[in-house]
Amino acid sequence: MFIDDPVLMSRLLTLLTLSFHIFYATVGVGLPLMIMLFHWLGIKKDDIHYILMARRLAKGFVVTVAVGVVTGTAIGLQLALLWPNFMQLAGHIIALPLFMEVFAFFFEAIFLGIYLYTWDRFDNQKKHLLLLVPVAIGGAMSAFFITVVNSFMNAPGGFEMINGELANVNPLLAMFTVAMPTKVTHVLATAYMTIAFTLAAIAAFRLMKGSHKAYYKKSLNVMMKVGFVFAIAAAIIGDFSGKYLAEHQPEKLAAAEWHFETDEQAPLILWGILDENNEVKYGIEIPFALSILAHSDPNAEVIGLDQFPEEHHPPLIIHYFFDTMITIGMFMLTLSFVFLVARWRNWTFVDKKWYRWLIVMGAPLSFLGIQAGWWMSEVGRQPWILRGIMTVDEGATTASHVDLVFFFFVLLYLILGVGTIVVLRKMFKDKPVEKELESYAGGDEQ
Amino acid sequence: MSLEIIGITVLWLFLFFYIIVGSIDFGAGVFNAHSIINGKQHVLSKVIQRYLSPVWEVTNVFFVFFFVGIIGFFPDSAFLFGSVLLVPASISIILLALRGSYYAFESYGSQGHRGYAFMYGATGILIPASLSVVLTISEGGFVYMDDGQPVLSYELLFTSPLTWAIVVLSIVAVLYISSVFLTWYASKTEDQEATGIMRKYVLIWAVPLIVAAGGIIFELQNHNSAHFDSILNLWWMFALSFVLWAVTLWLIWNKRKYGLAVWLMIGQFAFAFFGYGISHYPYLLYPYLTIYDGFTNEAMAISLIVVFILGMMLLLPSLYLLLRLFLFDPKYVKGKRE
Repeated sequence: MFIDDPVLMSRLLTLLTLSFHIFYATVGVGLPLMIMLFHWLGIKKDDIHYILMARRLAKGFVVTVAVGVVTGTAIGLQLALLWPNFMQLAGHIIALPLFMEVFAFFFEAIFLGIYLYTWDRFDNQKKHLLLLVPVAIGGAMSAFFITVVNSFMNAPGGFEMINGELANVNPLLAMFTVAMPTKVTHVLATAYMTIAFTLAAIAAFRLMKGSHKAYYKKSLNVMMKVGFVFAIAAAIIGDFSGKYLAEHQPEKLAAAEWHFETDEQAPLILWGILDENNEVKYGIEIPFALSILAHSDPNAEVIGLDQFPEEHHPPLIIHYFFDTMITIGMFMLTLSFVFLVARWRNWTFVDKKWYRWLIVMGAPLSFLGIQAGWWMSEVGRQPWILRGIMTVDEGATTASHVDLVFFFFVLLYLILGVGTIVVLRKMFKDKPVEKELESYAGGDEQ
Repeated sequence: MSLEIIGITVLWLFLFFYIIVGSIDFGAGVFNAHSIINGKQHVLSKVIQRYLSPVWEVTNVFFVFFFVGIIGFFPDSAFLFGSVLLVPASISIILLALRGSYYAFESYGSQGHRGYAFMYGATGILIPASLSVVLTISEGGFVYMDDGQPVLSYELLFTSPLTWAIVVLSIVAVLYISSVFLTWYASKTEDQEATGIMRKYVLIWAVPLIVAAGGIIFELQNHNSAHFDSILNLWWMFALSFVLWAVTLWLIWNKRKYGLAVWLMIGQFAFAFFGYGISHYPYLLYPYLTIYDGFTNEAMAISLIVVFILGMMLLLPSLYLLLRLFLFDPKYVKGKRE
């Protein structure tokens, strides 16, 4: 109809669905932990502010969960609709974690429903808090199982190919591939980090608007702390991811780093542009850093793209995705570190407007970091859908009308995205913190 | 019992759960929209909201469970159905997405918007209709092979009376299942007026249900005689289903034992649904795919079954807790808890 190329359109539609879903998925993984933390702080310190934070966040959470559920359903079905050849093969080897993910999500959904509707049913608040444990575990397990599938696509294992036929399939080994540990932990740490910085950003923004001071200050302080912890974790795991790539997917690391020739004492290049001769211009060069990232040794040899046939080179644009992710990660790490030091030393510049604006920027930046990370991971696996075994061209559907379907999904996500923003804004505008606190002070709960 | 049979039985059971729970949900949306248009919303909305609020996500998971499970147990079905269902399944996804998210937007955001309620009701009819097309396609005759790639003929599909018979049955079944359940639920809330309205819906949709179901069996005779013959071999299951339907109707007509009526109705659909499923055996898609040639390897099948059992041990108590807290909590049902 518009573009009669099922492979290209399947890729674009998958990119669209995943990029949209990851916003909600990140919230779904990260937010329950923060709600739990606030709820626990509220009980421990007997502070109504923290309890109210948990309550308000839980209410908003339902809206994002709903969209997360339906876009998650979409990606689940699209895997088979857009990549039927891939799913036929993958179904034999990696169906187990997909199946487990459904259970994890089921578990999460049930307890979230119970938690939301039982605020006033328990005399002992701690019992109510316990209901959040399965929600947070379910969210983390969902992320775990889905990332396991993605790891498998990057580093297939747990089976043998004998004369083009599958043999000796071991579903458990297929789950625990070499890519799995770094990928899973990186996804989890960055989700927690992103949500913490997003909540900090909201608090900073409300403080500038002159909303309830004590309430938002508490929220800001706690979230910057949590964000800092997970930013450090993400950076450390990121370093391990570099070592994983150097060992098992060197072409991805080489493409991300524009490392064309195998070399010792390799420098890390940030940003820059490529000229016609594939020479890097205007880049920031950090000597030895790539060798250190890849092998913890400044003199180590790092494999370059010259070791791979041209048709197996990932697109070089992933350099920018990679750098976006790293730059944002470092920025957030610094921002939260300075904030914590300033709080400790009682420096007041972090309460100035310009610093608050930096914290507010942290929310969109963190989400951009997540997107960039996934683009780097997925585009960097090209041309493979299952590395070394099946290319995206071989995996894609041959059906017509993928372009038409793509168009309708653009519309759908537009409606869902706008709807989410409108509903969340209205929800919190109609019931500002001050108003809700008053109703508690009066002793009445609606 | 072979692994293939265990796999398909588990999946069919989950599809059956989805059809029952989903129908209650879809139908409730339709009745809600209808009552708003008629200006009787205060009577039904409260009852419907109270049932739907805590359980709506759970409904969706049954559906996801089914299609993830079928890809796991029968990977070849991912290839065949995945290739031909691009358009119909995408329509279903979009409708499900609109429905799920708008439900959340409405009930947690801006309440009582007529447009939302209307759209919510409309998806309750369109989703079962679009999903039912998958069953039609599985009867064969609409898919042909072109250079090893399966292709769906939309022309044949949309001009076949079988397609439309199945669409009609899916919609009527949704309304019937939902009204039987809501009659009982409304009576539990001791809301006389709502009970009366729901009971009337049951009486309206009972006969069209049987007519539509009979129509499909009749159509199958022309379309897929092999399937028709195996349905006749299982005549007793469908006869039992018919008897359960009659008893349900009798109870509701006489305003007696609504709770029992719900169980009989579930039994009626169980016999019909499993009768249909067993007679479909061994085909997943006539004539290209049976459960035997599309089955996964033994290691995967066993691990899926083990995970299924472990998962159920985790989920059944949780589901029980959910139902006890909401559906069967006398105070909550009567709206005394918020």
